[in-house]
Amino acid sequence: MKIIVCVKEVPDTAIALKIKGDSPEIETENIPWVINPYDEYAMEEALRLKEKFGGDITVITFGQKRAENILRNCIALGADRVLRINDESIKNRDGLVTSKILAKVIKDIGYDIILCGKESVDYGYAQTGQMIAEFLQISCVLAIKKLDVSPLNKEAICHREIEGGLEVVKCNLPAVFTAQKGLNTPRYASLSGIMKAKKTKIETLEPDAWGFKPKIRITNLSYPPKRQEGKIIKGTLPDTAEELVKNLKEARLI
Amino acid sequence: MDKFDCIIIGAGPAGVSAALTIARKGLTVTVFERGEYPGSKNLFGGVLYSTVLNKLIPEFYNEAPVERHITKRRYSILSKNSEMAVEFDFEDFNHPPFNNSFTVLRAKFDRWFAQKAEEAGAVIFTETVVDDFIYDNGKVAGVRARREGGDVYADVVICAEGANSLLTERAGLKKKPLPHQMITAVKEVVSLPKEVIEDRFNLSNNEGMALEFFGEAVKGMIGSGFIYTNKDSLSVGVGCPISVMKEKNMKPNDLLESFKSHPVVKKLLRGGKTEEISAKMIPELGYGNLPRLTADGLLIVGDAGGFVNPSLYREGTNMAMYSGMMAAETILEAKEKGDFSERGLQGYVKKLEDSFVMEDLERYGDVPEKLSEMPQLFKEYPEAILKLAKGYFTVSDLSKEDMHRQAWNRFKDKVSMWKFLLDMYKARKAVL
Repeated sequence: MKIIVCVKEVPDTAIALKIKGDSPEIETENIPWVINPYDEYAMEEALRLKEKFGGDITVITFGQKRAENILRNCIALGADRVLRINDESIKNRDGLVTSKILAKVIKDIGYDIILCGKESVDYGYAQTGQMIAEFLQISCVLAIKKLDVSPLNKEAICHREIEGGLEVVKCNLPAVFTAQKGLNTPRYASLSGIMKAKKTKIETLEPDAWGFKPKIRITNLSYPPKRQEGKIIKGTLPDTAEELVKNLKEARLI
Repeated sequence: MDKFDCIIIGAGPAGVSAALTIARKGLTVTVFERGEYPGSKNLFGGVLYSTVLNKLIPEFYNEAPVERHITKRRYSILSKNSEMAVEFDFEDFNHPPFNNSFTVLRAKFDRWFAQKAEEAGAVIFTETVVDDFIYDNGKVAGVRARREGGDVYADVVICAEGANSLLTERAGLKKKPLPHQMITAVKEVVSLPKEVIEDRFNLSNNEGMALEFFGEAVKGMIGSGFIYTNKDSLSVGVGCPISVMKEKNMKPNDLLESFKSHPVVKKLLRGGKTEEISAKMIPELGYGNLPRLTADGLLIVGDAGGFVNPSLYREGTNMAMYSGMMAAETILEAKEKGDFSERGLQGYVKKLEDSFVMEDLERYGDVPEKLSEMPQLFKEYPEAILKLAKGYFTVSDLSKEDMHRQAWNRFKDKVSMWKFLLDMYKARKAVL
């Protein structure tokens, strides 16, 4: 079974991001980068599929040199091949460009199952998985919480959580699945895996001649509005209770 | 996995200094670090003394992510609403090696330092906790890391696990420290624009200042508050022995809040935004209570070894780096002789004894105990002195002589002159 996993590096969600001056970009210097958490579920599911059915796992990222770190993590976990498509020459990219480029590379490698995170926690467009499926003209199931694959019948059954219930979806392979939290519990890499990862040279592809153009661009970034300061009602009961009710009514909270 | 020449537990200044020194000699060395990256869990007040680092990486300040070099020092005593301070400004410290004192943010600095060790050939495993030593016939033969395939073997292990030294204690080399032997310190990094910091503290480009506050800064307890200037932030914190905090029923966070809201301190921090808050234990074990530093196949370095100068010099990282470097040199010698027994590693203790590390620890080893015998230094005296000064400076139509006499009489009501002078003499001897 040929399994493809698409991963992306994102700023560690534990830190507060800063906007770079007036630009529609964030400050990226000296902040910690991690693998997108949803991609970790995708990677873990790939490892489980490989353990069950055999085959090989190729992990792809579209990013700069720094992103080699997350690819190394994937080797440590058990990926057979990792590939970085260099994005340093790409001035503007959107979900469309990313998906087109990924689809092109995936097509050349060959695939039975493609796993992505359901979205990245940085910009959160949640587009890449489905667009890859579209460009490859294959099935696509989003935000899955369980995956049962039958290679013999070339089909898969997935669980999806929907508002107030559970949906069971059947599809043909090959297919793209995007991972929702709860799909599995990602493992930790073994020491020998990490050792191997440290010694691996990362394969890089240069996409500059492909000429894909973005269709959307970010024009502005701003911080969320500051939370209003709390109000302390001073005095004694029952006046304070009355004042509180009055305030809550004014704020249309009751 | 293959066997290594050396395993190091902890990628702090001590562990990385050892790793760098050993890797440079071509031995295989691996470091286990529990944090996400080296530095992510490492903390100190904010000033790095760098005599040892400058030997390990000459002129490191040209490439290391240091914040500012310290040219100004200010020591002050606070009472509730007043301050008495003495300030030093040394232009000469503006030239390399910048008096070997720099403010540093550890998350950045330690990461850079660890990278130097990796470039030299050390292998660093992050997010990997070591649970125990592995013994072979009573000799430490490796470590058990909390990961699949986590049993790793080596000729010798360096334990650089830091102040919370559970492995060192479990190996029977160290007693569990007592509350008065541990300082608990909390600090915030408060961001301010670079220009504001330079104006407010009267600094030129890259110059830095270290400010220490006593007395009411920590509610009259033994201990101090501090502000150190980084490039575009301040490290602001307080530290006191755990025993004293417990006795006064004081929480570290509340103590920091009270320090920050002191009128004098508040003015220095105004407009700043708290970016992060962190806490650390500092071992001030005392010279007589240092752990056993060697065992068969094992060396203890850095905070785990209790290498902290508790005096006004506040030196920890520099000693840690020195201990790491000496541990490494000892291992290189032991490798030649093929003897990693405790006897074969004894050179380590000798090297430390012949250096500033043990000399200073011996000289200042009993500072915490001596100071704890004189709580008046931190509470009664600051208040009395500031009241005296206020008496001198308060403008009135009394004759100056009457003013002075009244001020002195009030002072002597509170403080016995002889005891005061004796205490001052003892205090100076203890801390400088």
